[in-house]
Amino acid sequence: MDTLNLNEPTSGSSTSRRTFLKGGGLLLGFALLGGTTTSVFAANAAQVTEDEVKAPFAPNGFIRIDPKGTVTLVMPMVEMGQGTYTSLAMLLAEELEVDLDQVQVQHAPPNDALYANSILHIQSTGLSSSVRAFWTPLRQAGAVGRTLLIAAAAKQWGVEPGTCKAAHGVVTDASGSKHLSYGELADAASKLPVPAADSVKLKEPKDFTLIGTPAKRVDTPMKVDGRAIYGIDTKLPGMKVAAISISPVFGGKVKTVDEKAALAVKGVHQVVKIDEAVAVVADHLGAAKKGLEAAAIEWDDGPHATVNTADIIMELEEKSKQPGAVARNEGDAEKALGSAAQRIDAIYQVPFLAHATMEPMNCTVHMQKDSCDIWVGTQVPTLTQMFVAGVTGFPKEAIRIHNHLLGGGFGRRLEPDGTVLAVKIAKQVDGPVKVVWSREEDIQHDMYRPYYYDRMSAGLDADGKPVAWTHRIAGSSIFARYVPQLFVNGLDPDAVEAAAEPPYALPNIHVDYVQVEPPGVPTAFWRGVGPTHNVFVVESFMDELAHAAKQDPVAYRKALLANNPRALGVLTLAAEKSGWDTPLPDGQGRGVSVAFIFGSYVAQVAEVTVGPDGAVKVNRIVCGLDCGLSVNPDTIEAQIQGGSIFGLTAVLHGAITIKDGRVEQSNFDNYLPMRIDEVPVIETHLVKSAEAPGGIGEVPTSIVSAAVTNAIFAATGKRVRTLPVDPEMLKSSS
Amino acid sequence: MLSPDFLARVNSTFPPAPATLEEAMAYNLKINGTAHSVDVDDDTPLLWVIRDVLGMTGTKFGCGAALCGACTVHIDGVATRSCITTVDSIGDSAITTIEAIGETPQGAALQKAWLDLEVVQCGYCQSGQLMSAAALLAETPKPTDEDINSAMSGNVCRCGTYQRIRAAIKQAAEA
Repeated sequence: MDTLNLNEPTSGSSTSRRTFLKGGGLLLGFALLGGTTTSVFAANAAQVTEDEVKAPFAPNGFIRIDPKGTVTLVMPMVEMGQGTYTSLAMLLAEELEVDLDQVQVQHAPPNDALYANSILHIQSTGLSSSVRAFWTPLRQAGAVGRTLLIAAAAKQWGVEPGTCKAAHGVVTDASGSKHLSYGELADAASKLPVPAADSVKLKEPKDFTLIGTPAKRVDTPMKVDGRAIYGIDTKLPGMKVAAISISPVFGGKVKTVDEKAALAVKGVHQVVKIDEAVAVVADHLGAAKKGLEAAAIEWDDGPHATVNTADIIMELEEKSKQPGAVARNEGDAEKALGSAAQRIDAIYQVPFLAHATMEPMNCTVHMQKDSCDIWVGTQVPTLTQMFVAGVTGFPKEAIRIHNHLLGGGFGRRLEPDGTVLAVKIAKQVDGPVKVVWSREEDIQHDMYRPYYYDRMSAGLDADGKPVAWTHRIAGSSIFARYVPQLFVNGLDPDAVEAAAEPPYALPNIHVDYVQVEPPGVPTAFWRGVGPTHNVFVVESFMDELAHAAKQDPVAYRKALLANNPRALGVLTLAAEKSGWDTPLPDGQGRGVSVAFIFGSYVAQVAEVTVGPDGAVKVNRIVCGLDCGLSVNPDTIEAQIQGGSIFGLTAVLHGAITIKDGRVEQSNFDNYLPMRIDEVPVIETHLVKSAEAPGGIGEVPTSIVSAAVTNAIFAATGKRVRTLPVDPEMLKSSS
Repeated sequence: MLSPDFLARVNSTFPPAPATLEEAMAYNLKINGTAHSVDVDDDTPLLWVIRDVLGMTGTKFGCGAALCGACTVHIDGVATRSCITTVDSIGDSAITTIEAIGETPQGAALQKAWLDLEVVQCGYCQSGQLMSAAALLAETPKPTDEDINSAMSGNVCRCGTYQRIRAAIKQAAEA
């Protein structure tokens, strides 16, 4: 197979550019080419700009070029680490014919008309969809820009546009002797009629000079020396900061507050009470936190004070006995189960999970008479604007959202709850106020990945081949709350994603969903959404079937993937690169997992060691990936590494539990993140492909769990059906 | 996993405040070579002085309990969690933050390696990662994997950039 090995070092060709940027802050794009013009490209050393850039040449929502030569690309999706500011900039720059180091990128303002994601139909960064959604629109936007700039030059020279060429932000005539930079052309190009996006010719992939290269990220330089500005770094004249305490029991309300004690703390200005929370407003967070502690808040716990995880699980167990909304039904699974040579049943469970972004929830609000300003890092700027309109009564035009780099998203910042809370507080504060959650508030008032309870059954024929497959999923519906219009007849499409359509040829398949809402516990999307839960279940159960059939887990899957060449391809690749057939010492095991998710085909092989004490060490992850045409292979590798670790954290450590209506975990000492001493070697092997690009950010998080638990089975003979892994269960004696 | 040893070490970096300090005095802090006078309570964590009082936002808040390392600064060259270091414990010591770490040879080498290997994802933890790594290289110019584990396991990265952090520290050590 034709593959690209991402594990070999690539030459760092852009080091000089970094030095250049750091040194001068200006890139002398055209001047360096030896032309006669003195115009320059003013690419900032900080390539991400906070403020909305105005420029005469603005042929669409994405491109801004001013006469000084500053090229600004407006990013419709937000940067939360996944590299989207670089990959989306690459799509634009490829067709606009500028180099990445000639541009700055800007956070888009809220505007669904200009910036909606075509997959999600709203300006929302999620579902690993940025490149998929903007693959065509941004290349077209870039080509529109290039077409206009060339036309402006041709007009000035009195030649046919077809005889001119654009490269590196400069238009050149047929002879190569005349040059005009994009800055010089900006004014003239802005006066030409803008062609329709679908009327411009796009490059053939073979002519790409940027797409497909391991380009340097535009946001890295400012993230290694403290210059990067996240929402939490907002500074405004006269701004105060606030610490908050939210009712520890879900849905509880403030009863009493010792305001006097809080106000006695040096630097504290104000105590703000709203129904569900108290905020202490101060000069700095040290004072605000001290004031909050002094406030000795008492709470009215409300109706959820007896909620606990065990009861939630009991309800899931009970309600999952009844049929649910059908996601897929082919053949007659019940009948085939009845007549199968062998029947296998299993129950799988995955816990509530918090997002625990490194940047705790925060939002800065400046309420004014008829309008407000919001400084926040959000995955959903327009939705946030709509929610703020709801709590302020302002028209959306009066709500100015200033988006930021996100210190992690993982789905947490798809929810505007933090902004709504900050606005409620700010309504009582004179001047701008920055509300910052403590880590404890962040974990205990997250909106959680639902607890899912899955019932699996399969029938095998005499040869061990599956002849029946049933999968019932019970859990909270995020869609029912977040996108109720897509929650039809009791079916949550997210809850069944990757369960209803496993990559295998499975005759007689029945998949259904039972909505069970945990009382008071808010649930939300978490990195990998439906597939993070379902791929774990499906691929673990597939492993159980292989074992029941007494067949090798890779060979068993391959036989069921005969009609799915791309899935078969990544499985074969991962197995081969992992040395699947080579033996491992006692106490070690290899496990495999394969899926088609977020538009990408992926397989992983995990190698683990299980100690006599049940401790699991993941030694190595080998990933085979076919995500179609790759825009930035280095980002893809980074996502495979990081996304796998995000998933490993959940498999090995992640659980939010509830007792007496309160989340029991509070900080990184009891909601454990994976740390550097635990991480395995992660290898990425990419299938070279000309297919349309697939998603990547959530792919590894979804695939890694089953690879690890299947490896644990290979090492110990013990099947992990409930996450996270419980070392007690894996002890040698048990 | 964060070992109890590690926590004890991080949390005991600085001795408790001398009892003689008077309340409500202004503290004189030397940060990145510049003197700053701040009038805050003596138990105010250094982190909030740096971020909110002085407006230097490169140093990040992550946990408030020395569990994640996002707030790491150097105090007389020692990697220190500023979120639990009270302002009265610092005295005349020199504080260095991410904004100035590039002026040290270790900091500059690490920043270059971070760029060369594209370590960063969301970037929020990376100030703290670089500060911990710079202190490590200052003390142990050629760290082993174990040295790296020991010095860096207090720094959490939820994006999971650890593999590249390790590679970048090794590259910087070779520079």
